[in-house]
Amino acid sequence: MNYEQLLTQTALNDERYMVMTAENRALVRNIPAALGPRFIDTGITEQTMIGAAAGLALRGRIPVVHALTAFLTMRAFEFVRTDVGIPGLPVNLSGFIPGFLSDANGPTHQAIEDIALMRGIPNMEVYAPADEEDLLLMLPAIWSSPAPAYVRINTRPTGHKHTPYEPGKAEIVSRGEDITLLCYGLLFEQCLQATAILQAEGKSVGLINMRSLKPVDEKALIDAAQNSKLLITVEDHFLTGGLYSILAETLLKHRITTNVIPFALKERWFKPALLPDVLQYEGFTGKQIAEEILGYAISEPAVRMSPSEFAE
Amino acid sequence: MESQYQHLKDIAFKVREHIIRMAANGGCFIGASLSAADLIVFLYADFLNLNVNNLDDPNRDYLFLSKGHDVPALYGTLAELEIIGRERLQHHLSIDDHIYWHPNTQVAGIEFHSGSLGHLPSVALGVAIDIKVRGGQNKVVCILGDGELNEGTCWEAVLVANAYKLDNLIFIVDRNQFQANMATEDLIPLEPLADKFRAFGAEVRRVDGHSFQALDEALSQYPFSEGKLNVLIADTLRGKGLPSIEGRADRWFCNFNTDETEQLLQELHGAHQAQLTSQTLVVR
Repeated sequence: MNYEQLLTQTALNDERYMVMTAENRALVRNIPAALGPRFIDTGITEQTMIGAAAGLALRGRIPVVHALTAFLTMRAFEFVRTDVGIPGLPVNLSGFIPGFLSDANGPTHQAIEDIALMRGIPNMEVYAPADEEDLLLMLPAIWSSPAPAYVRINTRPTGHKHTPYEPGKAEIVSRGEDITLLCYGLLFEQCLQATAILQAEGKSVGLINMRSLKPVDEKALIDAAQNSKLLITVEDHFLTGGLYSILAETLLKHRITTNVIPFALKERWFKPALLPDVLQYEGFTGKQIAEEILGYAISEPAVRMSPSEFAE
Repeated sequence: MESQYQHLKDIAFKVREHIIRMAANGGCFIGASLSAADLIVFLYADFLNLNVNNLDDPNRDYLFLSKGHDVPALYGTLAELEIIGRERLQHHLSIDDHIYWHPNTQVAGIEFHSGSLGHLPSVALGVAIDIKVRGGQNKVVCILGDGELNEGTCWEAVLVANAYKLDNLIFIVDRNQFQANMATEDLIPLEPLADKFRAFGAEVRRVDGHSFQALDEALSQYPFSEGKLNVLIADTLRGKGLPSIEGRADRWFCNFNTDETEQLLQELHGAHQAQLTSQTLVVR
């Protein structure tokens, strides 16, 4: 089962679903044949696609819309906010190549403020699955929820066996007294590796896959803050408005303070290249994250990972 | 001949009275409201299958008011057709109701909120697509301002409507020749407007937007051409019905005092022109 198969099956089982794209067909190549008139491609018109999705939702449909995340969340932002957000319509936004996944496209295509933008819209839910398996575990609950939702689509496999998804809850992969890593999306894989390195260096390390950034699992954040000496947030997003901000808001709300080191993009776009090179250059490989936390270099070789497939 | 439209004229006259009253105590966009009043009355009272008894019927016709500023004309029409209580017009701009400067769905009969220009062509497009997919016969009307046509998303929607052959969708342009502060042709010229829509694949009619007979004759040809988006350009006059403010760039958003609105009501009823001293506010 992959994203497209799950979407096809969901739409074939429920007439309310409509699949839309602003001519980004990477995830939906076979859906026109499967759904016929319930597949709508509006061409390269992200704003018009979102307005039309709102119109379809007015008629009782559940649109699942596709575009590159940069254009879905930014070019069409006001349409998402005004036509979907104000009436709270059940429109599901599937954002393709978020964060570092835009690898060599360059800053026009870098959606690294998407979490901040989408979570600022009242009632909009925001999700960032760790890998393909996590994505497929989460989507049925997201799509069947009546709230508008934005998903950072991540179809890369990691081989990690995830626990079942509980709506709005984080996945507690491990608990640790010294350090807890908090992460979401693509960088989960690097955090798994960082966790293993830190544990090999004798640290007690926890790892949390956030999964849902809005609503956020406050209990998971509070438990980590109260039971670990140091929290690390890891995200392919600007420092402003992402997980570091969410953690800060949550801890302040509960009058908790602790030590936090954020790994995020600080007031700049990242250097475009193929994904493994981006991670290395920007200092987001598991080994680099571990070394930064430890304060010393380790002998383990740099982590290897496969490049992404070509993304239109 | 025109006598068959007398009941529409009577409704439109009362709607204009409502609009004038809404132009005091905070004010409203009186110019656009008066230009669109006949059009909105014709659509609700004659053309559309839409009334107080079928507002939730999936087979009803849909009207989307994209330009938004003309909503006093819609409030007045909804009140005259008893879709909302007339007493709610007294609540214009009240914190206790939802009768404000832009349309919203807290008012029965309003399908979708607007205010940000260039949005409802695409929302109407989605509704029209769904009706086509389901094989429905409903008509979907979207009223646009001529100034609103500066927004690129209006033209995106025309392109997509053409691609999906949406002959159940009607874009009506309230061509009152003005955008907020100045004449359209002095800022971002639109003419030849019909040719622009035709070049995008639409079937276009252009009529006097204050003649019920002309509106009737044009819209009775719906769908204008099988498989094509319908575009009706309604030539109108900003401030129509009140010679003291007609066709003026500086009579857009007005907050008159009650003496002025009383004079304007008398002017509407045929008295001499009102003496107006209140200034237009420049807000958007």
